[in-house]
Amino acid sequence: MSHPHDPHATYGHDEHGGEHGPHTEHVEAAHGSMRDYVTGFILSVILTAIPFWLVMGDVISESGTTALVILGFAAVQIVVHMVYFLHMNPRSEGGWNMLALIFTTVFVVIILAGSLWVMFHMNANMMPMSPHEARIQP
Amino acid sequence: MSDAIALNAAGNAEPPRFYDLAGEHHPQQGTLLGFWIYLMSDLLIFACLFAVYGVLGRSFAAGPTGADLFDLKLVAVNTAMLLFSSITYGFAMLAMQRRHVPGVLAWLAVTGLFGLAFLGIELYEFQHMIHTGAGPQRSAFLSSFFALVGTHGLHVTFGIIWLVVLMVQVGRFGLHAANQRRLLCLSMFWHFLDVVWIGVFTYVYLMGVLP
Repeated sequence: MSHPHDPHATYGHDEHGGEHGPHTEHVEAAHGSMRDYVTGFILSVILTAIPFWLVMGDVISESGTTALVILGFAAVQIVVHMVYFLHMNPRSEGGWNMLALIFTTVFVVIILAGSLWVMFHMNANMMPMSPHEARIQP
Repeated sequence: MSDAIALNAAGNAEPPRFYDLAGEHHPQQGTLLGFWIYLMSDLLIFACLFAVYGVLGRSFAAGPTGADLFDLKLVAVNTAMLLFSSITYGFAMLAMQRRHVPGVLAWLAVTGLFGLAFLGIELYEFQHMIHTGAGPQRSAFLSSFFALVGTHGLHVTFGIIWLVVLMVQVGRFGLHAANQRRLLCLSMFWHFLDVVWIGVFTYVYLMGVLP
């Protein structure tokens, strides 16, 4: 748990005595620096502004392409927030944070992709129904 | 009892070991890891709501569509509010690292105000939509929209309540270890809500107005 080379690791070691360093109430990886926050903020502003500009300015005529591009920007921005604001890294909490995140991400992907896949196939495979049949259905 | 001590003092050169029964020097950050796991479970709730919106988001029932309802300028302002609140919370954490109580309180207050601005704009939007007849009961699209965006707004509301409580705590008792841990938990909560909002403005608002 101790990372002597970590520039943020110096904080919080003074109250329980120096030799207890990594055992204090503070987790080193959860702290950011001013540079982290400002970098994350600037990247976020850019990554937010571009999708809004793409949609509001009708930059790409094909809406499917626009959707893919702005989803890509969202994915990058989520990673930026995770790294610079939530201070995610493979070491935090001895790797358990990352493991929980990966596990949840797999679940989220299954939930989202599975729901959309199943439900759109159900829509496509639905028996055709005329407006009259729809009105008299039980 | 005294025998054991005597034996230890006499024959055993090994220094005495102390086991921490009070749990003050817990090597793993139990609370922070536990809170992260809670956030992950919260993420699953949002994933379900996103999936519902993904399935129902184009079922307009001959009612208004996203292109009719969403005001992207308002959403952009709202997104900016949440983004600003994220970095001001970061400044509060930096002030906490310097043990600067007034700085923590000031930046938390600024964060809370940005959060309130976000909520105010969102409630204005909701009220405007419901007023024009586009309430949650109008169509499956609007039901899933209000469920998803409303749940996020409810999270922000509780985050602001938590933030005010922590401001009182820090103001009265200072930055002791428990308060620092609480501030770290709220930090994760607040930034997590910003991450969810990225999904909301991209998937619901921006993709909702695309033809």
